[in-house]
Amino acid sequence: MTDLLASILYGDWILHALIWLPLAGTAHVLVSSAERARNVAFRWSAFVFVLSLGLWWAYDPGDGGFAMQSSAPWIEAWGVSYSLGIDGISVFMVLLTTFTSAIAILGSFEYVKTRRKAFYALMLLLETGVVGFFLATDVFLFYVFFELTLVPMYFIVGIWGGERRIYAAVKFFLFTATGSLLMLVAILYVYFAGGTGSFAYDAFLNAGMSLREQLWLFAAFALAFGIKVPVFPLHTWLPDAHVEAPTPGSVVLASVLLKMGTYGFLRFLLPFFPEAAQHPAVVAVMLALGVVGIIYAAWVAAVQPDAKKLVAYTSVAHMGFVVIGVFALTLNGLQGGMVVMISHGISTGALFLLLGMMYERRHSRLIEDFGGIGRAAPWFATAFAITALASIGLPGTSGFVGEFLALLGTFETHMATGAIAATGVVFAAYYMLPMVQRVLFNELDKPENRKFADLSRREIAILAPLVALMIWIGVHPTPILERTEPSVQAVLERVEDARMHAGGGEDAATGAAGGFRSFAPAGDGPAADPAPSGAPAAPRAAGPPGGGR
Amino acid sequence: MVTGVSAALLAGLPASAAGAVSEAAASAGASTGAAAWEPILPGLIVLLPLLGFALNGILALLAARDSSAALREGRDWNPFAGPRRPATHRLPSWIGPGAMALAFGLALLNFLGMPADLHDPVIRSYWGWIVTGDLRIDAALQLDQLSMVMTLVVTGVGFLIHVFSVGYMAGDPGYPRYFAYLNLFVFFMLVLVLGSGFGTMFVGWEGVGLCSYLLIGYWFSDREKSDAGKKAFIVNRIGDVGFLLAMFLLFQGFGTLDFIPIFAGAEGRVAAGGVAVTAITLLLMLGAAGKSAQIPLHIWLPDAMAGPTPVSALIHAATMVTAGVYMVVRSSVLYALAPTSQAVVAGIGALTALVAATVALQQYDIKKVLAYSTVSQLGFMFLAAGVGAFTAAVFHLVTHAFFKALLFLGAGAVIHAMHDAAHHGDGHLDEQDMRNMGGLRRYMPVTCAVMWIATLAIAGIWPFAGFFSKDEIVWYAAAWAGAESNPFGALYAAYWGLALLTALLTAFYMARLMVMTFHGANRTGEAARSHLHEAPGVMTAPLIALAALSLFGGWINVPEELRMSFAGLFGALPMSEWLHHWLEPVTHAAAEIQTAGFGEAARTAPVGGGEAAWALVSTLAAAATVAAAVRFTSTRKYVPAAEDPGPRRGLRRAAYDKWYFDEVYDAVVVRPVVGASRWCWKAVDTLVIDGFVNFAGNFARLAGWAASLFQTGQVNMYAFVLTLGFLFVLGATVFL
Amino acid sequence: MLTPALYLSAVLFVVGTLGVIVRRNAIIIFLCIELQLNAVNLAFVALSRYTGIEGQLYVFFVMTVAAAEAAVGLAIIISIFRHYETVNVDKFNVLKW
Repeated sequence: MTDLLASILYGDWILHALIWLPLAGTAHVLVSSAERARNVAFRWSAFVFVLSLGLWWAYDPGDGGFAMQSSAPWIEAWGVSYSLGIDGISVFMVLLTTFTSAIAILGSFEYVKTRRKAFYALMLLLETGVVGFFLATDVFLFYVFFELTLVPMYFIVGIWGGERRIYAAVKFFLFTATGSLLMLVAILYVYFAGGTGSFAYDAFLNAGMSLREQLWLFAAFALAFGIKVPVFPLHTWLPDAHVEAPTPGSVVLASVLLKMGTYGFLRFLLPFFPEAAQHPAVVAVMLALGVVGIIYAAWVAAVQPDAKKLVAYTSVAHMGFVVIGVFALTLNGLQGGMVVMISHGISTGALFLLLGMMYERRHSRLIEDFGGIGRAAPWFATAFAITALASIGLPGTSGFVGEFLALLGTFETHMATGAIAATGVVFAAYYMLPMVQRVLFNELDKPENRKFADLSRREIAILAPLVALMIWIGVHPTPILERTEPSVQAVLERVEDARMHAGGGEDAATGAAGGFRSFAPAGDGPAADPAPSGAPAAPRAAGPPGGGR
Repeated sequence: MVTGVSAALLAGLPASAAGAVSEAAASAGASTGAAAWEPILPGLIVLLPLLGFALNGILALLAARDSSAALREGRDWNPFAGPRRPATHRLPSWIGPGAMALAFGLALLNFLGMPADLHDPVIRSYWGWIVTGDLRIDAALQLDQLSMVMTLVVTGVGFLIHVFSVGYMAGDPGYPRYFAYLNLFVFFMLVLVLGSGFGTMFVGWEGVGLCSYLLIGYWFSDREKSDAGKKAFIVNRIGDVGFLLAMFLLFQGFGTLDFIPIFAGAEGRVAAGGVAVTAITLLLMLGAAGKSAQIPLHIWLPDAMAGPTPVSALIHAATMVTAGVYMVVRSSVLYALAPTSQAVVAGIGALTALVAATVALQQYDIKKVLAYSTVSQLGFMFLAAGVGAFTAAVFHLVTHAFFKALLFLGAGAVIHAMHDAAHHGDGHLDEQDMRNMGGLRRYMPVTCAVMWIATLAIAGIWPFAGFFSKDEIVWYAAAWAGAESNPFGALYAAYWGLALLTALLTAFYMARLMVMTFHGANRTGEAARSHLHEAPGVMTAPLIALAALSLFGGWINVPEELRMSFAGLFGALPMSEWLHHWLEPVTHAAAEIQTAGFGEAARTAPVGGGEAAWALVSTLAAAATVAAAVRFTSTRKYVPAAEDPGPRRGLRRAAYDKWYFDEVYDAVVVRPVVGASRWCWKAVDTLVIDGFVNFAGNFARLAGWAASLFQTGQVNMYAFVLTLGFLFVLGATVFL
Repeated sequence: MLTPALYLSAVLFVVGTLGVIVRRNAIIIFLCIELQLNAVNLAFVALSRYTGIEGQLYVFFVMTVAAAEAAVGLAIIISIFRHYETVNVDKFNVLKW
């Protein structure tokens, strides 16, 4: 497979294709008829997904640096370039995005009945934005894509949403925009004060901010990403957005958009501001927010009468595991965070699809309107039960691997935090099982539910791959772990190196020659250069993909 | 990828990824020269039930598709209406027990092939499950004496219960689903007992919890039953948190979760009696308490009786609930290093045994009596583990699996008969309430006979299985209390007293159960009575097999002293201490540590008297208690359940109401958490956070509205302000 | 010559400004605006004597714009009158928030 891919120069064009093909699909949807729009959109997204699958083989973890890099100047005066690259962290985010986009579009066939062309055009535009966000290695480009995702999601919630869609859409937009504007200020500060002369990722790595500066910048970035994650107490836009969003919107929101926040933690927050990231106060705050998120969101979820809102709150709890895993600053914690991100994308996406199917049949999201569905729709119930169990982290499903590693990693450095967070396992059962029981089990006492149709072929086609993935990742996560490990290790080493040099003064990050670890492949990164401050990482032409250090 | 894994499983060959561990085990084995043994397809033992699950699961889904379609169309759906059952309800009878029979046969082959002097466990590693950084958890099986015994019990008793289920569940529309769950349970249980480390064990640990949840709530349309399943799962998860934290501590201390390196390195790595090992063992005990229904987490097991009775026999008596005991025995080295934890374990065990026994005395539901009896017997096992008698714990686990499975299946046969009778009787007849039974001996003699065997076994009467195992536990408690340098001597003496008392209570409540069910006058009611019947052959055959095991099962571990001292009475037994010798490779490390720390165990009980003497006392006391109970119960007048409000007040009422554990938890844990959840939602989320967010939004709107007041829309006004501004700027430039 | 011309220009401008502020009739306001423009024109012409021809150039420029403005403005006023049947500017305050 690897040879085959190499023979078609897969690595040279795939990243561009993944970003721009959905946009081409957008154009195609707009010129096709409303009836055909969904098929056109699904074919484009499926095609993109199939193309992206090659990354599984083509991406060689190597040293964890960016592979398949390419760069072209965009706004030369400001040092902005169109540079893309992929590493072990982004590869799974991209796969998750292409996968859930296709699934979400397929899952929206019956749900979306009005303004179909616009809807599918926006879905594909969203895919472009998210994939671009994950692949950008230029901070400016990254910011552009970050903002680009906001627009389609705003319209998806605002136009195809439920009753309070305007409130939810505005809330979503304002929350996210607030954070991202602060981040823009922080980016510009690094650009000007750091004298980087370029928005390239590596240039930002070497900006050499003092600890004081780092703390402020960290706060700005953390706020932007924390809103996106969302971290308690910045989460209240999420339940509203989820409840009001149409099913495919919820799916993409939960599966992918939330991951942009945690991906930002891993890609930007920790590497850019390594000293701030390990400042005891910062770590304490982030861990506390993570733990509070896990338990608080689980509690709030448990008493929700609206099933969709319940699942929305469980997202907050799940992402809490990612937060503690990341800020425990251990390999296991970070790896766990990665797996939770992937697993949450699959299982929560599936839950939203299932809730959407319930809504299509009964036009209700209230848990109390259901009951005994296990008798009426056993296949649906089976898929629902498996997904719910994966969501609460039963061993053998994807949820467990992630939560286990995240908790283990947290426990290694912060015992009490890990121990408190572990109780989230109980509270997960506390919110999920009553819902499962009240929907699937109990007496089939409402006559409407007797007519509750079981899964159609299309629905089976949607859910089967999701369920298969949950179990596959739960049983054999090693192929994923070994692909992410070098990149995650690189993030961790960057933070640890800063720790080693932190004693040497405020400008430790700049003075971190020698032990410094860059993300760049060999040859043009400062890692090979003992004087990183004098090695501006200017926009580069395509570097050797996957080159070892 | 997946095919590769399953191929490796089938072949029983180590996958390449797992080479390191296999080699480590092999080299360790080579040093003692006993690594020659090659297990026969151990992966297949685990895989067969999984295969059964897959096949039955498909059948279940197909059948459910039909039934739900019928429901939607408003048709009646009865798979048993035709002259022949549909394939979906025929094939599971073969697939379910068949997979179990094959697994048992394979386990037996491996057991017979396993050399007695095998000192090092054989590891079969299939793939690296979670491999990242310095963490490595393999999907690997560990075959040693202990896991072999457990495998035999799980597959053997499991097979018999599967066969019984064919008869018991014959008329249930969800027949294939039932067997799918049951097979899945056995799969997870085998993963639990065969897993080569705490990580793998945890997979089985939570997996059996899942199956328990599914099977308790098997009749999920019944609110009460699905509530019971949910309760079991959540309470189990509380224990699982303990297990998880223990694993984290272990990983910090040892850098691995595999049994072999942890137990081999434990003595060197952790201080005996230190905080670390005590914390680990106590957390593990929390997990065990959850799974094995020990105080304070025992509350789920009685409710778990909502499941079909064979499920109660398999999961909630014979296998799953003993997982905690297995885990403590497996970690014997760690417990030996933590005497405080051991005292706690023994204390929990003794206390649970007593409390559960008192509750069992007052219950009328036949399954509830057995459930509390199970809790009580599990308490005995933990007591055994707590006094360092790990072999005795396993021994009681095995014999208990035999006689308690028999009791539950017997109860199942009774309920089966009562169900049919109730079906034909008048009004609502609680088919599990013993006050509605009585005199069933005439209608179901085989069941009555085998259940008496089990009763005598659990009561601890010579030469039935329970006598040897329970007596050993009681004796070790006494011996341990008097060990040379035991810091908790007095405490253990108290445990010994509790154990003795509980043993007598056990004899009493079991005899009460038997008399109320099978003897005296029948209270079923005229119309129903004629429909009482003996169970069909497919159900009685497993009963008889289990009866034989309950009768002879105790002979695998007769203490040498007993065999020698009362020649002609105890001495007639063919062998002594086989299980003890068999498990020696697993338990000897713990035994050495304990002997080093505590010195030799005493040869007399705290109040004098040797092992043999106390054995005689206990069997005679038990026999006397049974006789007394029979007499007492027979002379009491029982009225049918509908007319009996239960004991009025006092201790009897408290025991009848299960010492109010559920009520206390409801008031102390459940309500506060739910209340706090609501408060978090309504007060924090909606009021504070969203209040702030909406305030920010509304404030912006308000400010905009205030500023808009200046826009009068009157051009003159604008011109005036413009002029004023111009003059102001002009003035400022000129004068400043 | 310069000073009286500039005084006249200032007086005309102030009269125009006051007119714009205090009058309510749109036509009068319009005339006052023209008055302001012409006051500025006068100042330009007067000053061009000392500073060069550019001032006069601007005057033509302003006159052109004023002519265009008068055409558009009067058209708007006429259409407003047709709609509201009044040219009192207090009556049409729809141009607010």
